[in-house]
Amino acid sequence: MIERHESVVVTTFVRVLVPLAQLFGLYVLVHGHESPGGGFQAGVILGASYILVALALGREALEERVNERACVALAAGGVLLYVATGAVGFAGTAFLDYAALPGPGSPVRARWLGILLIEIGVALAVAATLVLIFCRLAARDAET
Amino acid sequence: MSESLLAALLALLVVPALLAIHAGDLLLATLTLGGYGFAMALTWAALGAVDVAFTEAVVGAGATTVLMLAALLRTTRRRSPLPGRLRWAALLVVGTVGLALGAVTAALPPWGDPDTPAAVHVSPRYLTSAVAETATPNVVTAVLADYRSYDTLIETVVIVTAGLGCWLLLGPRSR
Amino acid sequence: MSGGGLGILPYWAAIALLMIGLYTTVAHRNLMKKLIGMTVFQTAIILFFLLLSVKRRATLPILAGPPDAAAYMNPLPHALMLTAIVVMVATTGVALAILVRVHARYDSIEEDVIAARVATEHPDGPAGP
Repeated sequence: MIERHESVVVTTFVRVLVPLAQLFGLYVLVHGHESPGGGFQAGVILGASYILVALALGREALEERVNERACVALAAGGVLLYVATGAVGFAGTAFLDYAALPGPGSPVRARWLGILLIEIGVALAVAATLVLIFCRLAARDAET
Repeated sequence: MSESLLAALLALLVVPALLAIHAGDLLLATLTLGGYGFAMALTWAALGAVDVAFTEAVVGAGATTVLMLAALLRTTRRRSPLPGRLRWAALLVVGTVGLALGAVTAALPPWGDPDTPAAVHVSPRYLTSAVAETATPNVVTAVLADYRSYDTLIETVVIVTAGLGCWLLLGPRSR
Repeated sequence: MSGGGLGILPYWAAIALLMIGLYTTVAHRNLMKKLIGMTVFQTAIILFFLLLSVKRRATLPILAGPPDAAAYMNPLPHALMLTAIVVMVATTGVALAILVRVHARYDSIEEDVIAARVATEHPDGPAGP
């Protein structure tokens, strides 16, 4: 059973650190085209930030923030976003060719947008899965 | 990146790996495995694989360790000692496989050779046309999300399936 | 990124880690120890793939300038191994979930203890499907 940490130093530090970690995760997600980063990296950072909440503030604090059923829905939603982005390709050449995405105009910018969209889907799926696995493993014995 | 530093990192990796498998206390073994994961992330950063090192620093040093600790909390941190004859049989198997792999290594090209089949077959195509075709200077992202998108799609499905499997195995109404 | 002076020695480091992982999964009877060995084994495989991506006198595969294939490392192993790591943590989660269930059922994570309990509960061999 994971309890709230007694030390005020730890809890305060984690309260400050977690929003910064999540902000960094979002930066890694949207800046993955130009610098090291992308969906998988952002997903694990976002997922780990919620695990950090549970480790320092206790599992109740995590349960206030996330819901396991919402995690399942988010994980499935991430995959759906990926498949939907790929399916737009049927309008053009092939599945997962993003050149047919409406909006940016040129096929090159459309591929750029397609990469961003599927990275968002991957990040959602990875973060939700990581939190889900942690929630289930850290649950009390009586709950399983 | 100097080669001596990389050689030192590679040699150092063996230490936490041996400690993790030798520790009698499973809690100690799990924490040492976290240290091994972080050393691995450093090595990969030294090799130039920044995207992979990034992920390993979060996953190997953080998430895997925490998941194992959470499982240890619900099981036990004690383990029984190894039976001697099993150890010798295992050493025989491992020695044979290791020597076979080592013999195959002699046929590999020298490390860092830019003219290996792996380096000249398809990757120059990615490197020369990624910016022109996808406007993405980070070629790893372009390969991951555009050129090899099928792979990534299926991997994402595998990850979500694993999460669902974990949820169902330890679900609230599974007993 | 330099390279080449080490010959095939870096591959030997990957093989050494592979063998440490293999030894643990074969020799240990504790299921958690087997899982630790499996993790070492998987990271060693990823290390081997990343070693193959290194090219002498090449830098990170993030283009800054004209796209000259010889000046950048091979990005393909990086992209493949990136997904492999995250799959690794997800499958480890499933393995840990099974471990917790096994412990709840047999009150042990030692292979021989579990086998002995299965043998006493089902003396005529394992129950059919």
